[in-house]
Amino acid sequence: MSKLEIIDLHVSVETEDGPKEILKGVTLTINSGETHAIMGPNGSGKSTLAYSIAGHPRYAVTGGSVTLDGEDVLAMSVDERARAGLFLAMQYPVEVPGVSVSNFLRTAKTAIDGEAPKLRTWVKEVNAALEDLDLDTTFAQRSVNEGFSGGEKKRHEIAQLELLAPKMAILDETDSGLDIDALKTVSDGVNRFAEGGEKGVLLITHYTRILRYIKPDFVHVFVDGKIAEEGGPELADQLEAEGYERFLKAAAV
Amino acid sequence: MTVTAESVSNALELDKVESHLHPEGSFDLADHAVPTGREEVWRFTPLKRLHGIHADAPLDGDGFTVDVVAADGVRAETVGADHELRGRSGLIPRDRVSARAWAAARNVFLVDVPAELETGATNVTFTGTGGESAVAGHVVVRVGAHAKATVVLTFVGSATLAENVEIILGDGAHLTLVTLQDWDDDAVHHATHHALVGRDADLKHVAVSFGGDVVRHDTSTEYAGPGGSVNMLGLYFADAGQHIEHRLFVDHTAPKTKSHVVYKGALQGDGAHTVWIGNVLIRKVAEGIETYEENRNLVLTDGARADSVPNLEIETGEIAGAGHASATGRFDDEQLFYLRSRGISEAEARRLVVHGFFTDLIRQIELPELEEKLAATVEAELAKNVLKGLI
Repeated sequence: MSKLEIIDLHVSVETEDGPKEILKGVTLTINSGETHAIMGPNGSGKSTLAYSIAGHPRYAVTGGSVTLDGEDVLAMSVDERARAGLFLAMQYPVEVPGVSVSNFLRTAKTAIDGEAPKLRTWVKEVNAALEDLDLDTTFAQRSVNEGFSGGEKKRHEIAQLELLAPKMAILDETDSGLDIDALKTVSDGVNRFAEGGEKGVLLITHYTRILRYIKPDFVHVFVDGKIAEEGGPELADQLEAEGYERFLKAAAV
Repeated sequence: MTVTAESVSNALELDKVESHLHPEGSFDLADHAVPTGREEVWRFTPLKRLHGIHADAPLDGDGFTVDVVAADGVRAETVGADHELRGRSGLIPRDRVSARAWAAARNVFLVDVPAELETGATNVTFTGTGGESAVAGHVVVRVGAHAKATVVLTFVGSATLAENVEIILGDGAHLTLVTLQDWDDDAVHHATHHALVGRDADLKHVAVSFGGDVVRHDTSTEYAGPGGSVNMLGLYFADAGQHIEHRLFVDHTAPKTKSHVVYKGALQGDGAHTVWIGNVLIRKVAEGIETYEENRNLVLTDGARADSVPNLEIETGEIAGAGHASATGRFDDEQLFYLRSRGISEAEARRLVVHGFFTDLIRQIELPELEEKLAATVEAELAKNVLKGLI
């Protein structure tokens, strides 16, 4: 049983005109076994929340707390957060030329587990994970994200999610730019992960269509750096029918 | 950058073949004034650290031992300075160091591969024994028509060496020539390489520079006939205070010839300085040629400096392709963040990025035993600085 607890989180970024507050007090608790969807319009701060939890240096936390099972996440370095059990599937995964997927996955797995995986079972696991995501085995020899199509990048992120098996997965717009087949493939991967037991999922998305394949237990509407409304899956249906206008107007008042 | 129609037409307006970047050579020392450091070809070089070989310091030392492991059928031995192959590459000294070394060399180290012989690697290791006097060296590598060979020249130990290296490829010959500078910290190595590439011949020229205080290599290539191909690969790693300079000149003197140049370097520590000059001249006669040159530098710490200057001179519009690229950058924070977000420590992430930077290049050398050695050397270099305090 794990718990990711975000309390009154304030985050700023440096801009040409000085620091600008993006997150204005976010409070959210995710327990293992739960899938939370954060939905919101562009620029509402959804991605900032994801990258702040992962520890990206661009984002300065100015207030609040983030804890994983009571441990202070904000005091940890980026890699310590990952080893503590957090995983961020990125919207724009970064190319690392000359580093093969296979080397990258093995290095990451070794870091997370604190020991090298057993070679024979590991190769099988990797091949199975790639196959599940419709990535052929030659994929492992390619350089990380280099020359990958948009869909391959996202499927590679989910393959990592399954292989590294964190406690909490944050998926930042994993659905964006995917055709319907790739969306199903990726969603199947997330569902396999979530059903693996004792796992929490925070799914950040602009669109409702991924929620047809990944059923959230909770939906949070994110507007202007804060959670504007919370509810169950029915809230997503309402957003699909009405869009974000109601919330944007409320925020503008 | 890829050459656009506009930049090609601008280059076409050049009316002079020889520019200051590749001056006409001469064997006569009187034609090579002592450089002051203001000359274009010397402006990056720390002359004070050359132990006077660019001026008048004697080149009468003999502080070297030579170890040879020759492939079957390959002749590799010291011969007289009057050997008939000496000068056959068309090397004409382009600077004073080269002209002085030419005049002072008392013998020639010859590697001769007979025509049509296909053979493995010949390894020649020059070990500097740290003598007081600077040494003049002369190497000739000749590969006969349709022969196929690999020659690895390795430099270790301590020395001040002024060297000329001639590379001669017969028609249809294939040669991989590696010059590996793995010197002690105080060595000075000035080398002038000149390759003459026969009709349909294929030269892979690999320069690897890790050690030494000052390493300055000036490598030029010309083609004896159409269809020749040159692939020049360079890998260097400069530490604090080290100066590593590679100057390349590909002279497309024949039609349908190819040149492909990729040099990659990493720099770390205060005063680490690398220079890469990539000159390509496409002469009027050289129709239908293809050329590409690229230099990439990874600056790993503050206080290091990489100079990178690609030059392309085009005298004919009838070419198949011409381009060049140069980039110098630091560690990419986004790459490090991505790797670390998967639990990989900062030290390990930096190590992965640097190995990745060199990996493609090392693979292109296609000599497995050298690949392992280079990967290990990169690792050892990283341990000195980039990973210090992180592991």
